[in-house]
Amino acid sequence: MADTLPRRALVAAGLAAAIAPLPRDAGATPAEARELLRRLAPGAAREGRVTLRIEAIVDNGAQVPLVVAVDSPMTEADHVRALHVVADGNPAPGVASFALTPRAGRCEVSMRLRLARSQRVVALAEMSDGSLWTASREVTVTVGGCSA
Amino acid sequence: MATDLAPRVRLPASARRGEVVEVRVLVQHPMESGQRRDEAGRLVPRRILNALVVRYLGREVMRMRLEPAIAANPLLGFFLRAEETGMVELEWTDDDGTIHRSSHRLNVAG
Repeated sequence: MADTLPRRALVAAGLAAAIAPLPRDAGATPAEARELLRRLAPGAAREGRVTLRIEAIVDNGAQVPLVVAVDSPMTEADHVRALHVVADGNPAPGVASFALTPRAGRCEVSMRLRLARSQRVVALAEMSDGSLWTASREVTVTVGGCSA
Repeated sequence: MATDLAPRVRLPASARRGEVVEVRVLVQHPMESGQRRDEAGRLVPRRILNALVVRYLGREVMRMRLEPAIAANPLLGFFLRAEETGMVELEWTDDDGTIHRSSHRLNVAG
């Protein structure tokens, strides 16, 4: 019992230090994320054909697995030309952009993200016919896993 | 300052012609986001791997632009269609200007 308070203080200080490099007001906004996507792939996007696989609640925002898959035959005549991923609550909204060719055979990519806080992850696919398809997932990031 | 990425690449031991196979790549890199502060409170300058180009049999399969939101020690997965035995080549560009290249053999039967 006697060590409860100092321990709490230490935990609080640790949390403060962990949070300090990414103050809340440094985050991108959903409007900035939309603007970035508009620049990367102008036009109206429809919901669909894109699947985002990411946990809805993650403990450790430093290493968040993400898989993005796009429903496409990946042939010369019909393939995904570009795939963009953004996150609307990090210091900057960009995450990754892919330029793909039919030689990929399948449009599915996986990576691990840094998520500074709870936010929405958005993927946008540009097809060889010029059509745009999108999907997004809201991710809750808990602070507990910072030291992991 | 150059870094040894020590790339670890996982390909199937053997693929059939036309089979679409997954490539998994793990490299060692701090991917300094430019947002982190050192012990003295100074911002650590950004230094990330900002691009990856993947070629197979000398032809581009895909290229990726990476942003600071990609976690340290990038672990990436992607696919390619096996055609014949040959090399899968990876080319990374570091913010410091270094180009890292590695080649990995894909065995294709039939």
